[in-house]
Amino acid sequence: MATTTTLAQADESVEYAARLEHVSKSFAGPGGQQLVLDDVSIDVAPGEFVTLLGASGCGKSTLLNLVAGLDRPSTGDIITDGRPALMFQEHALFPWLTAGKNIELALKLRGVPKPDRRTKAEELLELVRLKGAYGKRVHELSGGMRQRVALARALAQESNLLLMDEPFAALDAITRDVLHDEITRIWAETGVSVLFVTHNVREAVRLAQRVILLSSRPGRIAREWTVDIPQPRRIEDAPVAELAREITEELRGEIRRHGQH
Amino acid sequence: MASTDTTPAQDAGSVEAGLDALETRTTGRPTLRQTLVNKILPPVIALAVVLAVWTLLYPIVDDPSKLPSPAAVGSTFKEAWLQGDLLGYIWTSVSRGLLGFFFALLIGTPLGLIVARVKFVRAAIGPILSGLQSLPSVAWVPPAVIWLGLNNSMMYAVILLGAVPSIANGLVSGVDQVPPLFLRAGRTMGATGVKGIWHVTLPAALPGYVAGLKQGWAFSWRSLMAAEIIAQFPDLGVGLGQLLENGRTNSDMAMVFEAILLILFVGIAIDLLIFSPLERWVLRSRGLLVKG
Ligand SMILES: Nc1ncnc2c1ncn2[C@@H]1O[C@H](COP(=O)(O)OP(=O)(O)OP(=O)(O)O)[C@@H](O)[C@H]1O
Ligand SMILES: [Mg+2]
Repeated sequence: MATTTTLAQADESVEYAARLEHVSKSFAGPGGQQLVLDDVSIDVAPGEFVTLLGASGCGKSTLLNLVAGLDRPSTGDIITDGRPALMFQEHALFPWLTAGKNIELALKLRGVPKPDRRTKAEELLELVRLKGAYGKRVHELSGGMRQRVALARALAQESNLLLMDEPFAALDAITRDVLHDEITRIWAETGVSVLFVTHNVREAVRLAQRVILLSSRPGRIAREWTVDIPQPRRIEDAPVAELAREITEELRGEIRRHGQH
Repeated sequence: MASTDTTPAQDAGSVEAGLDALETRTTGRPTLRQTLVNKILPPVIALAVVLAVWTLLYPIVDDPSKLPSPAAVGSTFKEAWLQGDLLGYIWTSVSRGLLGFFFALLIGTPLGLIVARVKFVRAAIGPILSGLQSLPSVAWVPPAVIWLGLNNSMMYAVILLGAVPSIANGLVSGVDQVPPLFLRAGRTMGATGVKGIWHVTLPAALPGYVAGLKQGWAFSWRSLMAAEIIAQFPDLGVGLGQLLENGRTNSDMAMVFEAILLILFVGIAIDLLIFSPLERWVLRSRGLLVKG
């Protein structure tokens, strides 16, 4: 994938799309420093789909921001192969641009020459099955369509790593279901590595090759599961539900522990 | 997997198409009739009411030196028009106002950007800049006359002092209101530094900026009228402010009314022709304008 990088980077990039080594993060809170992430180490292999699961407020978004380079870890190192693309919980599309121009902006910032941008943007829209949406304004699109345009814009960055922060949390169940199929298909087609954050256990199992459970306050890696249920999966499939039940049990235990003191 | 069932991918595609069709909004343009009834008719009625009240009041006041009849004001207009002076008055003031506003734009925009982005500058002149907005621009006329004399530069100086703070403040509040999410989204795409300002901050701040421009124009026009009324000098030519002052010195109430109506009319016309469409376009293209 990375053919022209320096030796040291090439070494890294072959093995990992992202590598977090003993990452901790604390924020200055009202009662002094508040430790949000504690000694988190994660490797994401090239082409791997990892979901990060945790209760609300456990530091999932904080972690993704660190990997995206929007913030720095307090201690520890994060190595990524180039700048990752990040998809937010809210679509974060620019309302002053059309759907197509949003994608073209990402292409432009990546240095794609002007004549190629339009075709490239239309290809990406086709990839997320929004062929006719090029000239649509953001407010003219439904929630699901916005998230798909946001996905197309993230893919336009052609990063090796796609970070997704609960991108489907605000959508209704049917739309979310459809987008699960889409993201699985696009992941298989593009070979991109994905680090996907969610608090929905079934969603995590439905999508991932590996599920990492984060504990709360501070966020630590509690446990990890490898999901070897073959794709295509459905969220209501028995093996998916089975594993989801096991993980939910564990998550409950994690949360219960906080109630005890 | 080779069964008669649809594959998940095909299935997803067709469900998706259905969802998209269900959720897509269709927005139409208003018809000519709707615009007529909703937009044009109400102000026309309001105008008619004002004229009617005026006509009724005239015989009651019964003193043309205080309240001229609508007909007298009308004939003043007609006379000025026939002598070819009317457009001259308007043009003198409008050209000054727009040129002054244009300079204010050139100064206010970079100033606003610097105040918004540079912490030190903001702490230093931010409060002064917003304080200046509440200073009536007439206050600048006497010092401007002393500094620059009775000439056009003095007029432009007064316009600048009135409009620059509005324009700069509009941009500052526009930048302040840019959702942090947009800035972070821009940064993950590589829009940092100047690129970030150009591709994200400025377009996101546009609604606030345009509101500032609108207010800046209102302030320019007011400042200019104040300057024209106070600073009388033959070489300056007759603008609307001078017309008003001439009416007063000649005790010609019809001329005073003519001037006031013209000042009002021009101020509104420029706003309706330039700034309101600009604002509406900016808001509508972002889905921020609710029709109604
Ligand atoms: N910039 C910040 N300054 C101070 N505290 C912060 C900051 N960002 C996050 N936190 C704190 O860190 C904790 C984790 O926040 P984070 O947004 O990462 O959680 P999350 O797992 O993404 O939650 P959710 O599922 O609700 O999105 C919270 O307690 C939050 O208050
Ligand atoms: Mg979050």
